[in-house]
Amino acid sequence: MSESAASQPDTNPAEGFLAGADPSAGPASLKDAPGPYFGDYGGRWMPESLIAALDELARTFDEAKNDPDFAAEVAALNRDYAGRPSLLTEAKRFSEHAGGVRIFLKREDLNHTGSHKINNVLGQALLAKRMGKTRLIAETGAGQHGVASATAAALLGLECVVYMGAEDTRRQALNVARMNLLGATVVPVEAGSQTLKDAINEALRDWVANVDSTHYLLGTAAGAHPFPALVRYFHQVIGDEAREQILEQTGRLPDAVCACIGGGSNAIGIFHGFLDDADVELYGFEAGGDGVDTPRHAATITLGRPGVLHGARSYLMQDEDGQTIESHSISAGLDYPGVGPEHSYLHDIGRATYEPITDAEAMEAFRLLCRTEGIIPAIESSHALAGALKVGRRRVEAGAAPEDVVIIANLSGRGDKDVATAAEWFDLLDAETAEAARAEEPLEEPATAREGRSHAEGQDA
Amino acid sequence: MTTAPAATGRTSKSAEAIEKARAEGRPALICYLPAGFPDAQTTIDAAVAMAENGADVIELGIPYSDPVMDGEVIQAATVQALANGFRVSQIFDIVAAITSRCDAAVMVMTYWNPVLRLGVDEFARRLADAGGAGLITPDLVPDEASDWFAASDAHSLDRVFLVAPSSTERRMREAVAASRGFVYCVSIMGVTGARASVAATAQGVVAAAHAAGAPRACVGLGVSTRQHVDEIGSYADGVIVGTALVAALRDGGVDAVADLTAELSGRKD
Repeated sequence: MSESAASQPDTNPAEGFLAGADPSAGPASLKDAPGPYFGDYGGRWMPESLIAALDELARTFDEAKNDPDFAAEVAALNRDYAGRPSLLTEAKRFSEHAGGVRIFLKREDLNHTGSHKINNVLGQALLAKRMGKTRLIAETGAGQHGVASATAAALLGLECVVYMGAEDTRRQALNVARMNLLGATVVPVEAGSQTLKDAINEALRDWVANVDSTHYLLGTAAGAHPFPALVRYFHQVIGDEAREQILEQTGRLPDAVCACIGGGSNAIGIFHGFLDDADVELYGFEAGGDGVDTPRHAATITLGRPGVLHGARSYLMQDEDGQTIESHSISAGLDYPGVGPEHSYLHDIGRATYEPITDAEAMEAFRLLCRTEGIIPAIESSHALAGALKVGRRRVEAGAAPEDVVIIANLSGRGDKDVATAAEWFDLLDAETAEAARAEEPLEEPATAREGRSHAEGQDA
Repeated sequence: MTTAPAATGRTSKSAEAIEKARAEGRPALICYLPAGFPDAQTTIDAAVAMAENGADVIELGIPYSDPVMDGEVIQAATVQALANGFRVSQIFDIVAAITSRCDAAVMVMTYWNPVLRLGVDEFARRLADAGGAGLITPDLVPDEASDWFAASDAHSLDRVFLVAPSSTERRMREAVAASRGFVYCVSIMGVTGARASVAATAQGVVAAAHAAGAPRACVGLGVSTRQHVDEIGSYADGVIVGTALVAALRDGGVDAVADLTAELSGRKD
């Protein structure tokens, strides 16, 4: 019944999901998990008022997956609008800093709007139209998902309201302007900690009140069923393409796939292509902030414990009373105290490994990619890059021949939005100090196997 | 998934309170305040004042970091309670203090994660020990409540689930079967907050709950005046007032809460 699971060829997402909907496919395959539960995680911990809307969404999604016209519509938008497939680029000069292993970058940064987010917003906006909804609402942290949602709404002629923490609207004024240019209304959220989680709370309150006309376009593979499975479905294309491309370019599967994790949508998208390839190690790199030995981080799986937030049971940063703890990361896109439930499950069963990357490690990888490859990565994605460097060095230290080690890092977004943050971090804002910084900070010699200090700490805390 | 055990054959403190009101020919009055706003002693004094002025059931909210069903007034109050150092374990002391001073049934309204964190059975045991009547759970649907079914049975607590204008007939039946004490009829698709008029949808939700077999259906969200109480009381078994009382406590302290409760209960003309 399930003997072919591990060796099944790449399928398009629509076919793949159908296969997974059949529970008799057996436990051998981890692909296409339909929800609502992923092991003990997931579910629908939501007010009754929203259950009917979640049911409608799940039903519409199921129908759409079985509709060839829908799959064709998604594929056409991905190709002709978003620019898919995205490239897989070997980063040769960057790789020299990982002991000489071969690191390949999945170039989601080259998609329209500059990140993987476009995959999900196009799919969900189509579902919204299919349900006859005329209005999209979305949450956003730094603004990437908000910009992507505003883009999809403009393309498909839908009204769009984006909730954004008041603090974030000040820090990301340019992204607020981008959303406005695209015709969206941005609502600053003054409640609670004024961050991403409060923007989600406010979007949920809007949804309860306007559910007849409105689809909540959740931006990550978290939340109540069917969102985790649905968001993953639209991002599976990342992993499907990457698997095909690495086979084409190297004739083999990679040793490891690395991605950054906030809510975990880009990670689950690329992981999915390799879930049933048991020899491919999967790494999710969480935001370690100032370090997991400090209170300022967003290392949800590393240091959190299971709880319920925003509709799903999953790992959660919470205090002894079950109150959500505020997360901290230099990367707004990873600055979230929860994580998608499928990641919690993959962690518990040991299929994927989750480790923290500090702000400093991420920014070092950011700088390195800029200078070695001419690519400015998103700070979010820089966590995956820093992780890929570590994984490569570890493999080499363990005795692997560097040229035989193949790693894919998901470059989930471009760093244009992060230039101000990076300029501040590297002290580039003043022309004189910038010159001095360049002179005083040559790139470290390649192929050093220096391990970041923070990795070993706190893993089992 | 889970099947709700039959919710019969146990004494229910909130059901007794509502039936007592019915026997007196009036809808039960259920009055909400967040615990620890602005401090524990004020909560206790205000709750006792509500009971003395006609509240049949006291509903105490546990302040929570992510209250998605609450509007601005209650959000602001719970944020302040947390800033003032409210801890979840205080709820048991507060409930015990209130039940020692008055006869009202004391329900606790809580988002689910604080209960999960303490442990569902442990939470239930301590609430029962404190003399609490049970829990109202705004973000727990019966589908996810198997642990709570077991714990509420083990400790003889009421469990109040919400039904909404959007609830299907099937979900309405499930929520009614799962609830003990009463079912909480959400009057409108929205969050907590005083509204000038109570939505016409409320009557439909109550009718559907009764048709689904609910012996007691109470209406909340937007209820703030004596006129609302009269209006809703004509078709529902109880009315739930929250935001208006929180605003009264915020602006006028315990005396204002006592006044408003007396007005809502019809004890003050």
